Amino acid sequence: MSKKGQIYRISGPVVTAIGIKAAMFDVVRVGDEGLMGEVIELHGDKCVIQVYEETSGIRPGEPVINTGETLSVALGPGLLTQIYDGIQRPLEDLEEKMGVFITRGVDADGIVMDKKWTFNPTVKVGDVVKPGSVIGTVQETETIEHRIMVPPNKEGTVKDIKQGDFNVTETVCTLDDGTELQMMQKWPVRTPRPFLQKYAPDTPLVTGQRILDFLFPLAKGGTSGIPGPFGSGKTVTQQQLAKWSDAQIVVYIGCGERGNEMTEVLSEFPHLIDPNTEKPLMNRTVMIANTSNMPVAAREASVYTGITIAEYFRDMGYDVALMADSTSRWAEAMREISSRLEEMPGEEGYPAYLSSRLAEFYERAGRVETMSGDDGSVTVIGAVSPPGGDISEPVSQGTLRIVKVFWGLDAGLARQRHFPSINWLNSYSLYPASLDQWYRDNIAPDFPEKRTEISSLLQVESELQEIVQLVGSDALPVDQQLTLEVARMIREYFLQQNAFHDVDTFSSLEQQYKMTLAILSFQDEAKKAIAAGAALEDVVNVESRTNLMRARFEPGYLEKIDKLVDEMKKEINSAVEAEN
Amino acid sequence: MTEKEYRTITDVKGPLVFLNKTEPVSFGEIVSLRLSDGSTKNGQVLDTSDEMVVVQVFEGTAGVDLDTGIRFMGDVFKLPVSKDLVGRILTGAGKPRDGGPDIVAEHNADIIGAAINPYSRRSPEEFIQTGVSAIDSCTSLVRGQKLPIFSASGLPHNDIALQIARQAKLKDSDEDFVVVFCAMGITAEEYNFFRYDLERTGALENAVLFVNLADDPAVERLITPRLALTAAEYLAFEHDYHVLVIYTDMTNYCESLRQIGAAREEVPGRRGYPGYMYTDLAMLYERAGIVKGKEGSITQFPILTMPGDDITHPIPDLSGYITEGQIVISRELHQKGIYPPINVLPSLSRLMNAGIGPNKTREDHKSVSDQLYAAYAQGRELRGLVAIVGEDALNERDLQMLKFADLFENKFLRQSRDEDRSIEGTLDLAWELLSSINTKYLVRLDQKWIDKYHPTEKK
Repeated sequence: MSKKGQIYRISGPVVTAIGIKAAMFDVVRVGDEGLMGEVIELHGDKCVIQVYEETSGIRPGEPVINTGETLSVALGPGLLTQIYDGIQRPLEDLEEKMGVFITRGVDADGIVMDKKWTFNPTVKVGDVVKPGSVIGTVQETETIEHRIMVPPNKEGTVKDIKQGDFNVTETVCTLDDGTELQMMQKWPVRTPRPFLQKYAPDTPLVTGQRILDFLFPLAKGGTSGIPGPFGSGKTVTQQQLAKWSDAQIVVYIGCGERGNEMTEVLSEFPHLIDPNTEKPLMNRTVMIANTSNMPVAAREASVYTGITIAEYFRDMGYDVALMADSTSRWAEAMREISSRLEEMPGEEGYPAYLSSRLAEFYERAGRVETMSGDDGSVTVIGAVSPPGGDISEPVSQGTLRIVKVFWGLDAGLARQRHFPSINWLNSYSLYPASLDQWYRDNIAPDFPEKRTEISSLLQVESELQEIVQLVGSDALPVDQQLTLEVARMIREYFLQQNAFHDVDTFSSLEQQYKMTLAILSFQDEAKKAIAAGAALEDVVNVESRTNLMRARFEPGYLEKIDKLVDEMKKEINSAVEAEN
Repeated sequence: MTEKEYRTITDVKGPLVFLNKTEPVSFGEIVSLRLSDGSTKNGQVLDTSDEMVVVQVFEGTAGVDLDTGIRFMGDVFKLPVSKDLVGRILTGAGKPRDGGPDIVAEHNADIIGAAINPYSRRSPEEFIQTGVSAIDSCTSLVRGQKLPIFSASGLPHNDIALQIARQAKLKDSDEDFVVVFCAMGITAEEYNFFRYDLERTGALENAVLFVNLADDPAVERLITPRLALTAAEYLAFEHDYHVLVIYTDMTNYCESLRQIGAAREEVPGRRGYPGYMYTDLAMLYERAGIVKGKEGSITQFPILTMPGDDITHPIPDLSGYITEGQIVISRELHQKGIYPPINVLPSLSRLMNAGIGPNKTREDHKSVSDQLYAAYAQGRELRGLVAIVGEDALNERDLQMLKFADLFENKFLRQSRDEDRSIEGTLDLAWELLSSINTKYLVRLDQKWIDKYHPTEKK
């Protein structure tokens, strides 16, 4: 047995080699073209390899060489603004080397090796450094300072530290035992990066999406699942989160999805301005695009590549948000490989280890105390694409058992062009209890109570709608008709949000809070007016209410809203006076 | 090419042939089988090892016995491509079907096709005017998009596909598309319908047809769309043509895929379809698009018939997850005598927003389309209520929405098979119909568009 063997069998992306000494998850080079693969099973003298590139044209007898390394990503300055395939090959480099079509057998470094970065040390000779200690910084993009850390398995006393321009493989720091540290480190993707401890989440990830922030908030370091049938707006929701959430770093994984969608993101992001930093959003973004027609094995790896990069930035003390669109395609990649391995299938042909893999993945999220004692977080938002929109299938169920937030997309709402088409009746978030204090301190003392009021109105509406379906709304008493109108206002004015509108695409928490106050004050005034004898019709149709609602599309709405609410109150009161 | 002929078949099962140890054979390699009566068949290697090779036979295994000779051709499946393809009719395996000469290859192209680097794509954003109001207004098509027609048996999807092929053009341009037509398992009658229509309108000269009919081998269907797309890629990316690929019927393709999966004793996914069907379909659909540095484009119109009108069936379901929207044909509208019976509510074009608006279609397009949807959706929902409680129970707003739904179906959706409406005409018509609703209920319309376009309230 040696480092070199030969191909015995080829079946799609799964290749069997003989005569090679290999350990599980070793990276191997397959065939004359040296295609990249990973060992996933060992049987006596045979080892089974999943290959990350197209295998047609390869024949038994061709060589297989073990590199002795596990599948790893290169971590260091140069990650941000990149777009990678599933195994961290920059797509821009691939275009340079292969043209517009992705052929095979081409290697590309994950980060640029010869670019010089200005390294500013933050430690001095004689300092003791531990795994994860920051030894210096590099201004990677306008907004993000890249903190160079001691790799998790090294420590010692600084013997020499440099300052100046270096590339990522030049030594910038030497420890007393002779260990040389460079700006680049490698980390195996299937192993979570270490940290000291996990904290309970206590800060919301503000997304600017009203229904998410207000009704079903996600915490920094939390997990959320977005299941929905096609056309219900999963991708738009994910992209909105990538654009507007107040994370410092965003990792976006397009896993087995459409090519044109990734192109849209690529052409749009550089022009979008981050509302928190006023700089292009691209500066904080790393993208991984393994579209549906790219090799499935690389799709399987893409999720791990993404989360490892996310953890790396977390270790620097950043809040990272990771979007995976879609985890169902990832699960399908597992299923396809599992079936080629002729493993005993679990539910619907998925491998029996599906749910444990999902759990392991989501478990890499969290708010942690990093190795250097900093506070960092990885928030994971996974889209799920259940067949036929039926979430009783294994991937949705496996996801829902783990995640704390469920944003259920609804085809019916999408059909009515109610976007984001998140169903307010069956979605949930388990975070409000731990986040409410934050809202009271930072937005308004009664923020949680307002949330309860709004969501109970929606609940009441759904009960009333059942009656309306049978007898029509005119048969209801006036106060219930008013409740329906208020609920309609919540839906059309607050829950609906136009992702493609320059202004409406983002609402601050302050604005969200004021909008709910506006709705509730409409309810109060209308109740009073009706009690004083005004007709429901007149109260509902006051023009100032339409103005209040339409004005949300205009810039500076937050400043105008109080005045508009006052006008509405006045007009409703005058409706009462006209009546008397 | 190896001259060696093997006679080592051990098993024949459905479309698959298993044979014993051979020279090393590459995965995906093309195989030629010589039967004892002297005829030949073609196949492809599905699994290869030192001891055993599995071959999938395109023309079916009828007549194959243990003495059948097998030759490995040393290469993967390729299509000879040349500009002469335009105007030709070929079989589902790429051989001439029109009695014409063989295609003289400019080069041979691998039919599997490499994935387009997402970084190298350009965003599709050029609006294609189909002249069909339902599509242009609510599910606008752009160049480089893949937009399937979800239909069912007995519905006029073929008429709609042909009408689109005939009328599709960029706004304010007369530039024609080259149509690549790919038939998979359709009946001779359907095929003739397409062919005569293309002939009648002169479009045949500007088209390439790949035809696998219902009585042609089912396994060949797995190759046919790949040939068609290879031809499309050649025309679009090597000769700057704008190509419209119509394939019909994807349902037959998927059934063939299931057949192979079953013969290989694979673990089936939902309803017996293979677990890799998503990836397999993606390898077809994702071959649409426009790329940097190339003038041409590939726009795809796959047609699929939903078994039992069920949109959650794996075939439409997986397609919908890959394609950039869908046009859904409704039996209910068809039975009301409305052509084209497109139900705009479940229909969708994901690339619409990139292709419409000022300088592309018209500034009010997005608002108008949102309002059409919302009003029609409410109107339709109210029909159910009216059936129970009668119109009297409705308030003014609901009554107007209800009436609008009828107007929308009869005036807006309905058009004749050769009626080619401009996008301005479509939008003006939409305004005319929307003006039947009191403006205060038209909450999706920006005030500035009401001021500018509303037939009675414009300023």
